[in-house]
Amino acid sequence: MLKDITIGQYFPGNSVVHRLDPRFKIIITGVLIAMLFSADSFIGLGVGVIFLLISFLLSQIPFKLMLKSLKPIVPIILFTSVLNIFFLEGVTIFKLGFLKITVEGLRTSAFMIIRIIALIMGSSLLTYTTSPITLTDAIERLLSPLKKIKLPVHELAMMMTIALRFIPTLIEETDKIMSAQKARGADMESGSLLQRAKALTPILIPLFVSAFRRAEELALAMECRCYQGGDGRTRLRQLHSSGADYFALGLSIVFFDLVLLLNCLMG
Amino acid sequence: MQDKIISAQNVEFHYTNEFEEDAPVKQVLKGVSLDIKKGEFTAVLGHNGSGKSTIAKHMNAVLLPCGGKVYVEGIDTADEERIFDIRQRVGMVFQNPDNQIVATIVEEDVAFALENLGVPPDEMRKRVDDALKSVGMYEYREHSPHQLSGGQKQRVAIAGIIAMRPDCIVLDEPTAMLDPKGRSEVLKTIRQLNRDFGVTIVLITHYMDEAAQADRIVVMDNGVILMDDVPREVFANVELMKKIGLDVPQVTELMYLLEESGLPTDTHIIDEEECTEALLKILKATPHN
Ligand SMILES: Nc1ncnc2c1ncn2[C@@H]1O[C@H](COP(=O)(O)OP(=O)(O)O)[C@@H](O)[C@H]1O
Ligand SMILES: [Mg+2]
Repeated sequence: MLKDITIGQYFPGNSVVHRLDPRFKIIITGVLIAMLFSADSFIGLGVGVIFLLISFLLSQIPFKLMLKSLKPIVPIILFTSVLNIFFLEGVTIFKLGFLKITVEGLRTSAFMIIRIIALIMGSSLLTYTTSPITLTDAIERLLSPLKKIKLPVHELAMMMTIALRFIPTLIEETDKIMSAQKARGADMESGSLLQRAKALTPILIPLFVSAFRRAEELALAMECRCYQGGDGRTRLRQLHSSGADYFALGLSIVFFDLVLLLNCLMG
Repeated sequence: MQDKIISAQNVEFHYTNEFEEDAPVKQVLKGVSLDIKKGEFTAVLGHNGSGKSTIAKHMNAVLLPCGGKVYVEGIDTADEERIFDIRQRVGMVFQNPDNQIVATIVEEDVAFALENLGVPPDEMRKRVDDALKSVGMYEYREHSPHQLSGGQKQRVAIAGIIAMRPDCIVLDEPTAMLDPKGRSEVLKTIRQLNRDFGVTIVLITHYMDEAAQADRIVVMDNGVILMDDVPREVFANVELMKKIGLDVPQVTELMYLLEESGLPTDTHIIDEEECTEALLKILKATPHN
């Protein structure tokens, strides 16, 4: 059952969006987020949403999958819209006891909902179209100038890579330990929350012991393969930026400028 | 000189306990001398705790001797400046394949050592492909390691070492965690590397049938080398092997038991064909009644 957990939410494919240089994709996602946050009118927001929809259609990600990524934020959406609808002062259109709905409230909450949904869709689009390892790679390369200010960029990326590599292994191991403890009569599915938390001890302890042993052996294996940190390392996979990447980035900047322009015109 | 890849000279070693400074030191290696020749396939036998892994780790400067010297192609392993020269020449494969694969994609893992050494990308691509082909895992280059079987993972780990183009590979019980199929895959790969690519092999194992395929067997016991000879001669010492907690191949054992019961046989037998012949000879020689 634990095996069903997937890391990240990569949806393999070969669309234009999949093929973009991951570094550019990260930057473009950043531009999209900036667009959505700086828009202060529905029309401005609409421009951002259009950019998002174009990318979404090009990515060939099934709509259903996109909806799935929105599921976890439903409570947040409900919460912010309730706050906005009922507690914003303005022209009242409906009143029940101390609750009143105002035009401003409706407008603001619609605005917020669109913004939140677009933000989540935008970042999901990045993770749907880029494998976790490529993403890690791209982050390392984008952040590499920060090595100058002594930020351990390579080490962080290496940690992420190793974590990605070992998550399936450790999940499998947890499954095994759980079965072993169940076979010995451990009860993990009933009892109060506290009892269940206690029942986890015989799982966590062997898991930690094994994780430390793995770490030690991995360090040894890395040492034997001449690992010496990030200095002087080359990479098998080279990231190549092409015309398409620059075009996409340019397009996102044009849209961003449009949003800013609309802000000036409307404000 | 140059036909010796590894030369351990009177190596002594004990682990230091970081927590108790004045704990009694237990000598793990008590003066081990061992030369590994170029192209040779050596198996190392010994029961648990006899110091096999410890001597193996001296062969690529993971451990440095407390007494004596280890040379890798003439380079003293205590020479810190040349540590990466040494590790490139002598690669090491460990027991658990899961704990030596670093990357999430097979070919990237094979490239790991080359990335560390700063090999240019074009050259790297070629060496990674060659390494994967030589262990028969080329078709799996874009898979994720956790989709592979134990034997396949271990072959990927071997490819990761081969990519460095080492002269020698030291394998510390590489088949101990594998099922019979995985074991035979890995052993086949090791023998191919030795025969077709001339890679010197040091194989630590506790499977006698694997050791029987080597050119030479080194038997360790309690921090010393007890025997060092061709498999035939080593396994002929059935009693000594049993005394130090080791087995001999089943066919040798059979011959030994027959000899004990008074039949004229030869315990210098390590493969099944020879065994069949010897049995036939016995049967023909014995009068039927
Ligand atoms: N990291 C270590 N720290 C302390 N003692 C160790 C360490 N590794 C091995 N030993 C001890 O050294 C001896 C030889 O171990 P090892 O070389 O691993 O034997 P083998 O591989 O033949 O089973 C054992 O008694 C073991 O307990
Ligand atoms: Mg060992």
